[in-house]
Amino acid sequence: MTQALNMLKESASQTAGPYVHIGCTPNFTGIEGVYDEDLGKVMVNDDTLGERITITGKVIDGSGTPLKDALLEIWQADHSGLYNSPAETRGLADPNFKGWGRQPTDMTSGVFTFETIKPGRVPFVEGRMQAPHITFWIVARGINLGLNTRMYFGDEEEANAEDPVLARVEHRVRVPTLIAGREGNTYTFDINLQGPNETVFFDI
Amino acid sequence: MRNTLAETGAFFPRDRSWHPKAFTPDYKTSVLRSPQKALLSLSNTVSEIAGPVFGHDMLGEMDDDLIYNYAKPGESAIGERIIVHGRVLDERGRGVSGALVEFWQANAAGRYRHKKETYLAPLDPNFGGCGRTITDDDGYYAFRTIKPGPYPWPNGVNDWRPAHIHFSIFGHGFAQRLITQMYFEGDPLISICPIVNTISDPEAISRLTAPLDMNNTIPMDSRAFKFDIVLRGRRSTMFENRKEGN
Repeated sequence: MTQALNMLKESASQTAGPYVHIGCTPNFTGIEGVYDEDLGKVMVNDDTLGERITITGKVIDGSGTPLKDALLEIWQADHSGLYNSPAETRGLADPNFKGWGRQPTDMTSGVFTFETIKPGRVPFVEGRMQAPHITFWIVARGINLGLNTRMYFGDEEEANAEDPVLARVEHRVRVPTLIAGREGNTYTFDINLQGPNETVFFDI
Repeated sequence: MRNTLAETGAFFPRDRSWHPKAFTPDYKTSVLRSPQKALLSLSNTVSEIAGPVFGHDMLGEMDDDLIYNYAKPGESAIGERIIVHGRVLDERGRGVSGALVEFWQANAAGRYRHKKETYLAPLDPNFGGCGRTITDDDGYYAFRTIKPGPYPWPNGVNDWRPAHIHFSIFGHGFAQRLITQMYFEGDPLISICPIVNTISDPEAISRLTAPLDMNNTIPMDSRAFKFDIVLRGRRSTMFENRKEGN
């Protein structure tokens, strides 16, 4: 016999369901007067450093239909590549940028939009630099456990070419599913849950 | 306050046979919304280890009281008054302090206050259905609400959700992000619900079922249910070039 490890098991996930907005974006669904503003709705203020960008796109199911009831959260570094988090050990991030945002998809069109800044580069496990990226977390009715993916920037070809995470995608034909094209200051990032153009999702 | 440094180790890998699988066809919406290709495993970088934190000062006075936070002055939500409380722990059994916990639910009749909801049971004019709180130094949280009613949904011809409260929890790292549902002890709808049964291990379902807690019930006022939530643990950071040690 040995000592017991006595680890607890993580609480099992369940779907966020179709009414996730009640808890996470109540003002969006018409429950007003409880919270001043939906959490994570605004990511930047006048003093936030860095290049202003818009990220927009859809979350698309296996039939090609956009989800109109999804909720997305993003998490990213500031303009200099620092995270606004106690776990950041390399320096202090821009105090005017939390780095976290939350948006629902539009109930009619299925489009989501984030107004944010372009992140700087952050290191991989052994110190090599990763290309600029934004972590996405997607929940919705029909998704039993939140899906993790990353958005990379189409105008960062050199950095993307040396990114240690993109390098791990064995089927190179799938790499473009993680890269958002740029037009003006807008990046378009469609997330395909299923099918031939299925987005690469990560087990982080 | 304690002078405890933030932990910076990688998270324990998720046990994806304990969590529900993506493709669970008895829950019909999962059929077209489940990835078919394998997930790509990614060792935690700082992008996954770090995460947003929320200060207690973001909370409004009534954020943890669903009986009153949407009610007209002098009125309150109709239903069984309950307190839901517990700890947010990690897999190493330690309380997770400063964790933002958000919750949402239907009213006592099983009706949600949402634009897309069409169930014929009435709205309660004094019940919104959302609340939030932040755990204390030991990981404790509590809120007051009314017990939600069961709710019919268009999956099978005659499927009904058990009474449940949705929970969204932030730990300290973005990889700990979790949404789940709390069920109530003794509800006969639990065992026949296709969403509950997306989880294959009965023990994992038990952990989502809150027992009646008579010790914390307030006589002549509210019953209590206890619901502990476990987030991913993180590796000790010994031998990872971190001066502060384990």
